Amino acid sequence: MEKAADARGAPIHSKKRENGLVRTVKAYGRQYQLVLMFLPAVITIALFSYAPMYGLTIAFKDYALLEGIHGSPWVGLENFRKLLTAPSFAEVFRNTVTISFLRILFGFPAPVLLALLLNEVGNVRFKKMVQTISYLPHFLSWVVLAGILIQILSPSSGLVNQIIVMFGGTPIYFVADPRYFVPMLIVTGIWKEVGWGTIVYLAAITSISPELYEAATIDGAGRFQKMLHITLPAIRPVVSIMFILNSGNLINAGFDQIYNLYNPAVYKVADILDTYVYRRGLIDMKYSFSAAAGLFKNVISFALVLTTNGLVKAISGKENGIW
Amino acid sequence: MVLRQKKDRRTHIRKSPGSRAFDICNYLMLTLFCLTILLPFWYLLVLSFDKFGNVTAQDFFLWPREFTLDNYKAVVENPYIWQGYGNTILRTVAGTFLSLICTAMAAYALSKDSFPNRKFWSFFVVFTMFFSGGLIPTYLWIRDLGLLDNRLVLILPGLVGAYNLVLIRNFFKQMPPELEESARIDGAGDFRAFVSIVLPVSKPILATVALWLAVGHWNAWFDCLVYIRDTRKYVLQIILQRIVIEGTIQNISTTEQMTQEFNARPEMVKAACIYFTTLPILCAYPFLQKYFVKGIYVGSLKG
Repeated sequence: MEKAADARGAPIHSKKRENGLVRTVKAYGRQYQLVLMFLPAVITIALFSYAPMYGLTIAFKDYALLEGIHGSPWVGLENFRKLLTAPSFAEVFRNTVTISFLRILFGFPAPVLLALLLNEVGNVRFKKMVQTISYLPHFLSWVVLAGILIQILSPSSGLVNQIIVMFGGTPIYFVADPRYFVPMLIVTGIWKEVGWGTIVYLAAITSISPELYEAATIDGAGRFQKMLHITLPAIRPVVSIMFILNSGNLINAGFDQIYNLYNPAVYKVADILDTYVYRRGLIDMKYSFSAAAGLFKNVISFALVLTTNGLVKAISGKENGIW
Repeated sequence: MVLRQKKDRRTHIRKSPGSRAFDICNYLMLTLFCLTILLPFWYLLVLSFDKFGNVTAQDFFLWPREFTLDNYKAVVENPYIWQGYGNTILRTVAGTFLSLICTAMAAYALSKDSFPNRKFWSFFVVFTMFFSGGLIPTYLWIRDLGLLDNRLVLILPGLVGAYNLVLIRNFFKQMPPELEESARIDGAGDFRAFVSIVLPVSKPILATVALWLAVGHWNAWFDCLVYIRDTRKYVLQIILQRIVIEGTIQNISTTEQMTQEFNARPEMVKAACIYFTTLPILCAYPFLQKYFVKGIYVGSLKG
C-alpha cells in the first residue's frame, strides 16, 4: 500500500518499486516447478472459493436475473432488515441454536463415555468388534441413514414402534411429530458419530503411563475409581480442546441430517438456518434475501471459530490452534 | 514387564467381586449398544427379502416371513440405479485421483521454505476453511460459469481441500531433507524429486487421504442436488433420495410392471434399494477402517 502511494506521489521511488516487482517475479520464476505444482490448487480455490465471495454483494442488492450480480441495484441493509423482522427467521434462528446446543449437551459426552467403557474391556477381540460395529454409521451418508431411520421409525412398519407396541405402548410417529422430532435428531446424530468420536479419546488414553494404574491398584483403588481418578483427568486436555472446537459449531445444526429427515409437519421445530437458506434461495428463488441469511450465518460462524481457536491456543499452547 | 502387568490385572479381576460386576455391566452395555446399530441394519435386510408386503405395528419379525428375491429384481431392473452407479463410480474415481494429485502437489510446494510468499499462500488456502461465499452466491457463480449440469461441477469445487492439504504438508515437512538429497545430486528438479522420492515414501498418508476423498465422493449428494438437473447424470445418492425418502418411484421408473412391484411392497423395495446401493461401502469399510483411523491419529498429533 505504502509503496504504491509512494510510486504515484514520488517518481524517484518508482525504480525501487520496479526492482521489488522484478525480484518477486524472478523469485517465482526460479521456483517455476513448485509454482506449476501449486497452480491447480490456486486456480480452483480462487475460482470456487474466493470468486463466490464477490457474489455476497447481492446480500446488499436487489438481485435481478437479467442484471446479474454486478448490475443489480444496491439496496443497502434492506435485505437484512427484512430478514431480522421476518417471524419465520426468528423461529429458524431459535431452532438452529436449540438443536446444536442439545447436540453439544448430549452428543459431546457420549464418545467420552464410550471411550472410557471401551478402555475397560479386557478382551481385545470384543473391543475390536465393538469398535468396528460402532464405526459403521459413520461411513454412510445421511441419505442412506435417513432411508433406514424412516423405515425403522415408521409408526406402522418400523421396528422401534413394533417393540413399543409389544410392550403395550402406542406407536409414535417420530419423524412427523414435532414433540419427538428434535429428540430423534439428537439421538440418531449420536448414534451415527459416537463410535467414530471415541478414536481421539482412545488415542489419548493409550498414552497414559501404566505405572499410574499400578500405583493406584496398590493403594487399593477399584476399577471405577481408577477410571474416575486416573483415566478421566489424563484425557481432560483433549476433552477440553474437543469441547471448544465443538462449540465452534453452535451455528451448524446439521443440514444433511435434517434435510433428509424433515418434512413440512415439523418445520416449526426443525427448520434451521441452512435449510431455510436452501428453500428460500433455491426453491423460492429469493436470491438476495437468502444470500443475506447465509451471510448472517457465515459471519456468526466465523466469529465463533475465531473465538474457539483463540481459546484452544490460550488453554493448551499455540501449537494446538488450527493455524 | 507389560505381560506381567496384564497378568496382575487379570488376577485382580478374578479376586474382586466389584470388578467382576463392573465387567458384566460393561460388556452388557456395550453389547446393547452394538445391537442398537446392528438391529436396524438387520431388520432392513430382513425386509429386503420379505415377500409378504404389508407390515403393521403388531408384527415383529427378525426373519423374512416369506423369502423372495423379487425386491432386488425390481431394483436391478431399474436402469436409473445402474446409471447412478456409473455416475457415482466415475466421480469417485476421477475425483479422488485428481484431488489427491493436486492436493499432494500443492502440499509439496507449500512444504518448501524456498516457495515465495509461502505464509501468504498458506493463509490463502486455510482461510477457505473458515469463510465461504455460502450456498446462494456459489450457486449463482457456478450458473454464470455455465457449469450447471456439467459433471465437472462435482469434482472441481472441492478439488483441493484445506484440511487435507495441511495434513499432507505437515507430513512432508517432517520428512528428513536427506531423503531428497540423493535425487538432487543427480540433478533432479522439484517435480522429479516429488514423483520419485517423496510420493513413494508418503504412501501411508496418501492412502488415508485417498480413502477419505473416495468415501466423501461416494456419499456426496448435495452438489448433485443443487447443480445437476439432468436425471441421466444423477449420482446414486440422489437416485436413492428420490426413491427411498421422497418415495417418487414414478419419476424414475421405466416400466409399468416395476411401478406395480414398488406399489405392492414399497417398504421392501426401498430396503432392497438401500442395500443394493450401499453394498460396496458395507463390504469395504471393515477392512479399510484402520487406514481411516491412522489419519485421525496423524491429524490429532500434528493438527
